[in-house]
Formats: sequence, structure tokens, C-alpha cells
Amino acid sequence: MAELYKRFGGGLGTVFLALVAAWLAGMVLAPNVMMIDYALRPNLPPADIGGPRDVYSLSNVLYLANEGVHRAIFFKTVWASALVAFVTLMVCYPLAYWLAQNATPNQTAIAILALTIPFWINEVLRTLAWYILLAFRGPLNAALLALGIIDEPVRWYGDGGVLAGMTYAYILFMLFPIYNAIESLEKSQIEAARDLGASVWRTHWRVVIPHAKAGIATGCVFTFMLAAGSYVAPALLGAPGSRWFTEIIYNWFFEGGDWNRGAAYALVLLVLCLTVVLVTLKIARVNLTDVAK
Amino acid sequence: MAFGQTRAVTDVSFTVEGGEFFSILGPSGCGKTTILRIVAGFLEPTEGTVLIGGRDMKGLGPDQRPTAMIFQSLALFPLMPVWENIAFGLEARGVAKTERRKKANDLLKLVALEGFGDRMPGELSGGQRQRVAIARALAVEPQVLLLDEPLSALDLKLRQHMRAELRALQKRTGVTFIYITHDQSEALAMSDRVAVMSEGVLQQVGAPRELYDNPATPFVARFVGETNAITGRVAAIENGIATVESAFGPLSGRAGDGLSAGAAARLYVRPEALQHKTRGENRLMATIERIDFEGAFALAHGTLEDGSRLTASIASTELGEAPEIGTRASFAFQSANAVVLPDG
Repeated sequence: MAELYKRFGGGLGTVFLALVAAWLAGMVLAPNVMMIDYALRPNLPPADIGGPRDVYSLSNVLYLANEGVHRAIFFKTVWASALVAFVTLMVCYPLAYWLAQNATPNQTAIAILALTIPFWINEVLRTLAWYILLAFRGPLNAALLALGIIDEPVRWYGDGGVLAGMTYAYILFMLFPIYNAIESLEKSQIEAARDLGASVWRTHWRVVIPHAKAGIATGCVFTFMLAAGSYVAPALLGAPGSRWFTEIIYNWFFEGGDWNRGAAYALVLLVLCLTVVLVTLKIARVNLTDVAK
Repeated sequence: MAFGQTRAVTDVSFTVEGGEFFSILGPSGCGKTTILRIVAGFLEPTEGTVLIGGRDMKGLGPDQRPTAMIFQSLALFPLMPVWENIAFGLEARGVAKTERRKKANDLLKLVALEGFGDRMPGELSGGQRQRVAIARALAVEPQVLLLDEPLSALDLKLRQHMRAELRALQKRTGVTFIYITHDQSEALAMSDRVAVMSEGVLQQVGAPRELYDNPATPFVARFVGETNAITGRVAAIENGIATVESAFGPLSGRAGDGLSAGAAARLYVRPEALQHKTRGENRLMATIERIDFEGAFALAHGTLEDGSRLTASIASTELGEAPEIGTRASFAFQSANAVVLPDG
């Protein structure tokens, strides 16, 4: 802060601080406080708000705990998000390794451009592309039928479709942290491991992955949070059997008309995400500040 | 060996004896690292073969060859403790943990780092890291140890100390060392034999003394040690002594290969072969510009009559008789201490 004042002087420094403070208070703190407030109060008709029945309680959270279907969807969302993170990691790690260690600068530039271009359009439209690809009478089924791999079209919408759509949507959030981490690994480390007789697998397990651990943890945390909070992919690519927890929240707000219960559900999801982040970072022995980099 | 259109190394052929300390010496970019990487198996030569112990290495990767490399950066694994670094090659070979630990301790003893096994590489000094890298390479019991300028990151004092240590270690283990360096004093001090390279071409292979006394090519004469070159034309060759007609009169030295009477040639004479005296054959007159005191000796830098430079070494004990700066002084050398090589 002293640094800020030294660089910009008293007036401008104060303005900057005030702007940041206002942003934090208005855009981060206030919505979350409101969410907690909503979550802990009952859903009442306007006349009763502020009345004797308007008291704080955990009843909305308990409702989730006792509602079997919602509870099941909640846990399914948790492990399915973890699965999305894992699959994205499996896709991104080899690619990131190739980009960081083996590709020529030209290849890297082209590959990164090709990966980034789809992100110039909106996530909804990108997911819609998968909606078309995976349609029952869509190109994927047509191609597989033509190749004789399947005898009749497959219904991709559902868990498989959601997994594919999310993996695609979050690939860059996994790729870049890992790429950055592996890029900083000195090539001679990999050569030394090979020279000492290590297999490819051992070289990765003992040398590359430990080095890239922070990047991998960061990518997994990002992907998990985005997947758990995702709405578009499950809404478009899902089936009735693959409902996502965010869809339940949406329903409380816009169909059930019960903002309080919706806020409680959202709060539970937020707490879950925070827990997962902190536990993952603890396991990977990575600091929150490393992730922010 | 060619990279695209560029030929990095051409027609290089040499044999290293078992248990020898062999250096490849050359300026940066001369292709010496390429050769080392070909021997290690990181590069496949476009033409030619690598034999180790009579066995053709073609198609074998670095993990399958009986070689171990010490990288310029050492490439220690920073996230593994020292003992795991050393035992990494054994781990890759499926050796049990207790045995790995034991072997690592033995090697730590060999490189005088007993008790350092549980430290992390980042906690060690430059010289200690050096020794860990050597222990790690020796752990896989290679037939040939390949060293890619491993001392270049150390300061002078430590470098000189490590030279002696490396040399002693090589003698003790009997492993063949192939050592890459651009530092000629390093190569001369440590090696049994040295190969000198320039621009991808092997110039000469020989014992350090031989390279210094009998350089085969002008490059070797210039690159290995300090030397003075005097151009002229070969007047006569007799009993292995060539006389060069130069701007300073006839000068003679031992005749190198490829000389013919009448051809352009250069005579090379080392600074320490020049003596400050006013009589005798093979005399050169130089105007002294500067005398650099180096400790055991001083280097007198002067200019010959045609403007070319001359450097003469004067022992510190004889500095009293040294010529003064700004004066013209006469230097003479014996024919046996000079070499004449074709100009080219």
C-alpha cells in the first residue's frame, strides 16, 4: 500500500484503493452476504417478511439433506465434476507436454491458436456445436455407422454428452497451467532421466509430474469448479437421468419461485467447491498464491 | 552428422581406450557437444557408427547404452533428496530400496559427501552438486562417462580443485571418461589424450604434450596455448627443419606435414620459447608496448616491424633484465622450439 502511494501519490493512490474496495464490497462481498442471508431465511409471502415468522434457521439446508433425489444429484455432481477434471487432465497432460517440450516454436504457436479460436465464441454456442455433433441423427452417429463401428445410432445425450461437452469447454483452463509448469522444466532433466535408464512412464512419474504438480493442481481445481458450477453443458447435452445440481438451483429460483431454498443450495455448492479447492491444494502441497499465478 | 542443411560434424573418427581420460577440445559451436550426444544416443548420426566395447550402438537409445552423461547444467532432480538422485538409475533398473540406499551411501563416500544423502540438491554448494552428479552417473556402472563441460559454471578456484578431483576419481574407478571442454588448460591438465575440433572437423588427437609441442594444424597451434605466428615462404627443408624466408630474414623451425619448398607457410613459436637476447639465429625485433605481470611469469607484448604482434614470456625471476616499455628489444628462439606449418 505504501508502494501504491509512493508510485501514484496521495490523491490517485486513494482513488485506486477506493475503487478496489468498492469493487470488492459491491461485486464480491455483497452478493455473497445476500446469498447467505437468503439461504438462512424462510420463503415467505411479502406480507410476512420482517414479521414474527421471518427468523434465521438452517431449514433450507436441512431440506436438501433430507430430500433424497436432490441429495443424490448433489453427490453425482461432485463425483462427475471430479471425473470431468480427471478426463480433462488425461487429455491435456500429453498435449501440454508435447507443446512445452517437443514442439517447435511454430508448432506451438499454431496449436495454441487452433485451441484458442473456439474460445472466441460464446460457451453456449460451443456447447450447441456438441449438441449438433452428438445428435441422434447427427454427424457422429452417421460417421460411426458408416465405418461399421456401431449397428444403430447411439443416444449420446446424457452423462457421456455432458462429459464430452465439459471436457471440451474447459480444456484451456487445464492446458495452460500445465503447459506453463512443464515449460519451465529444463530439458536436460528429462534427458538425464532417460540416460539413467528410466522408462517414459517413470520419467513422467518421478521427474515431470512432480515438477508440474502446482500446474496440475491448479488446472484440476479450475476445471472442477467450472464443471460443478456449469449450467449450459448439462442443460443442452444432458438427459433426464443426468441432471446437474445447478439445474436444481435454477429450478428453485425460476420455476419453484423459492429463492431462499435456491440460495441455500447454491451456498452448499459454494462451500463444497471451497472445500475441494483447499483439500486439493493441501494434498498437492500448493499455496493458494501459486494458483493465483 | 547433419542438422537439416547444416553439417554439424564431418568425418570425425577416433578411438578411445578403455580407462582413458579423453577430452574433446574446441571453441563453442565446433560440434563437440554433437559428438557427445551421438555417443550418448540422444542423436543418431546421419552416417557412421558408434562402437562401445566393440558393440555397434546403432538403434540403441540413451537408456540402453553403457554410457552415463553429466550435463552442463548437471540436471540433478531438484525435488528428490541427494540419495534418491544418486539411486535414480538403480530405481529405474528395479533395485530394491534398501540396496539402493546402501549403494547411494557407498557412492557418497566415494565422492566425499558422506552424510549428505538426505539433503536436497538446492541445499548443496556448486562443487557438492558436481560430485552428486558424478555419483549419480557412476551409480549405473557405465563403461563410459560422458561429461559435457560440467565445470564451466564454477569459479576458477573451485574449477581447478574439481579438475584434480575428477582426474583422481577417474583413475580410482577406471571408468573411461570422455570430457567436453572449450577450456584448453582444463583439457591439457586432466586428459590422457585430447581431440581438438574446429568447425565440425577433427584437427588432431594426441597427448596434451604432443598437441602443445607438435601441433598438426594451424588451428591447433593457435588454439592450444598461446603462440606467435610469422608468415613467410618455405626456403628449404632439411633433416626435418624448415627454413622460412620471412620479412624478418630467415627463420627456422621443425617442419610439419604437408610442407613443400616455395609454398606459403607460417612459423609458430610459443611465448616461453622466446628469449630476450641480442645474438644468435632466429632473431625477431619488437617494440615493447606492455608487460603484463601474471605472477610466476610476465607476458611482454610487442609489435614487429610489419605491425604484427609478438608475445614473449619472461620468468618473474628474470624480470630485472626485461626490456623496457617503449624500447626495441631483440628476441631469439631455438629451431627445435618452433613449428612450421603450411599456411591455409
